Amino acid sequence: MVPLSHYLFLSAVLFMTGAVGVLTRRNAIIVFMSIELMLNSVNLTLVAFSSFLGNVTGQMLVFFVMTVAAAEAAVGLAIIIAIYRRKQTVNLDEINLLKW
Amino acid sequence: MLESYIPIFMMLALGVAFAVAMGKINEIVGPKRPSEEKLSTYESGMEPVRTARERFSVKFYMVAMLFIIFDIEVVFLYPWAVSFRSLGIQGFVTMLIFLSILLIGYYYVWRKGALEWD
Amino acid sequence: MLTYTDFLLAMPLFSLTVTVLLIIATEAARVGRARFSQFLAITGLLVTSLLAGLNLRESGVAFQGMIATDAASSYLTILLSLAGIVTALVARPYFEHRDAHRGEFYILLLFAIIGMVLMASANDLITLFLGIELMSFCLYVLAGFERTKDKQNESALKYFLLGAFASAFLLYGIALIYGSVGSTNLDAIARAYAGISNQPLFLLGTAMLIVGLGFKVAAVPFHMWAPDVYEGAPTVVTGFMATAGKSAAFAALAIVMIRTFDIGGSTTADVLALLAAASMVLGNVVAIAQTNLKRMLAYSSVAHAGYLLAGVAAGTAEGFAGVFLYLTAYTVTTLGAFAVIGWHERTNDEGTSLDDYVGLSQHQPVIAAVMALYMFSLTGIPPFAGFIGKYYVFMAAVRADLTWLAIVGVLTSAVSAFYYLRVIVMMYFRERDGEHIPLPRIPVMIALGITAALVIVVGVLPSTVLQLFMPAM
Repeated sequence: MVPLSHYLFLSAVLFMTGAVGVLTRRNAIIVFMSIELMLNSVNLTLVAFSSFLGNVTGQMLVFFVMTVAAAEAAVGLAIIIAIYRRKQTVNLDEINLLKW
Repeated sequence: MLESYIPIFMMLALGVAFAVAMGKINEIVGPKRPSEEKLSTYESGMEPVRTARERFSVKFYMVAMLFIIFDIEVVFLYPWAVSFRSLGIQGFVTMLIFLSILLIGYYYVWRKGALEWD
Repeated sequence: MLTYTDFLLAMPLFSLTVTVLLIIATEAARVGRARFSQFLAITGLLVTSLLAGLNLRESGVAFQGMIATDAASSYLTILLSLAGIVTALVARPYFEHRDAHRGEFYILLLFAIIGMVLMASANDLITLFLGIELMSFCLYVLAGFERTKDKQNESALKYFLLGAFASAFLLYGIALIYGSVGSTNLDAIARAYAGISNQPLFLLGTAMLIVGLGFKVAAVPFHMWAPDVYEGAPTVVTGFMATAGKSAAFAALAIVMIRTFDIGGSTTADVLALLAAASMVLGNVVAIAQTNLKRMLAYSSVAHAGYLLAGVAAGTAEGFAGVFLYLTAYTVTTLGAFAVIGWHERTNDEGTSLDDYVGLSQHQPVIAAVMALYMFSLTGIPPFAGFIGKYYVFMAAVRADLTWLAIVGVLTSAVSAFYYLRVIVMMYFRERDGEHIPLPRIPVMIALGITAALVIVVGVLPSTVLQLFMPAM
């Protein structure tokens, strides 16, 4: 059986990959994809804990995280499309009316 | 029991290092020999006919977004269906309420004309 | 099994949900115009605050331990409904003036309030997470409500990307806490706390939770989004998210940190105290340099997050009471201030600069006086609400051996007087040369009346307010 620590390590790596992606990429869509990666790595952690602890709360939370992520995708894409239609770009460096 | 898997700080540090290292290694070691064939769009083996960077109708995005939202509801239907008998009448009524809320959302989308293609 | 009490305890949530579904249906069926949605929203919020008022003396856990209703959560429901009512009142004149009045505004507003109420009555990390996300999604959209305005689009995008980033940290924190406790129920975590509070896994989870919630309350160093989003969003939305959004997030923070974790005197409390001090100093110092009133209030809201964090860092029942009292004071005052800014703002984002307020007292003495009242309250001058909030929070900090934090708080409050009083100086001691702006419409007047009255009532009768949410004190 694969020990719990392997799952935790994998999800930590995925989470950090996502976080590094958010901080270094400048394309709004890729930043958004990195955030989704972070959420899914947390799902992995939750499922691993759930199976290790032998209770279903973790899996229940995963269901909610999945729906929340879907809603987030819809809201996020809507905002990104709205901005693309006006500016013809999704590069974060060019979206600079307000000072960061 | 819990202490045995706790070196999680180390894991996080390793995680960052790993994520950064992989990206960097790829950048440094990976050969970069772009050719026309490699840079062209992969279209399931078909020859791409023209550029993909043109404006799509916003309807595509609209349908995609609505699909994401209404598609994911199945996530709740599955566990409910599996344990339908043990949940009994209460589970049935709860799911009916959940679905009727979704229906109101559907009605809204429909009446606002988001489903009309033309 | 679900019982009758479950539904009684969750009545405010049900009335909000029914209202919002009703608005969606009428919007879709085009029964009325946006005005009808506004009417429905205000009615629903009034009913909700009544139901929450009936629940003030009830307490209990409902829906298999998912939510908990008590005096504090019911009180906060009333406060959030009030913020919703005031926002709905000022929204119509504001958006009609800009030709962007739509019923969807009220749908999003109510959904956001549902999320906030869920946060305030969460008894499980799952409900807490769902509440935060429901609130955040609505606020992302509201921040870019007029989708043809570049500034609002940009504000929405920044808020969305950074907010989703913070949510991921929050969720990871929840996952790690679940892993170390074996449950997401707050009661179970509270029982297990003494045994696991020093475990690295649990501490890391707590740290991640603080990052996520720290972002939602705009505490330094997680405040980068606040000035941009506050400046870019429609002013009524800014007012709503600065007050109701912060209140809900702080309620969640107080429930988790004080009630569940009992952090008093621990390392976690020290971390929160450091964040508090950093927020107070940075927020107040940078606010001095601002020339746009919305941006200035954004930095001031960072500073207020610092004062509130001082109450959380105290980790005592007194700190809890202080946070709720401060939230009341901050909410009524800031809502009023943003209502004035929204009225003063012209169509092309003009009129939000500090210079535009020069000599306002000569044209609109009443509005200028009300604005001055809000500014005094934000500075913390007695007998207004802001003073009472600060007094209780700093007292709690001193009693919890955080005297240094209280001193930082008092000193930075003195600094804040500079930029708050500058607004008053502009309005009263300069000659007017700008355009004449007509009196606000009746709904805005009502909103200003409610908030101004509450600023004084909370300031004069704090113990009455305190007893509403802390019957034992």
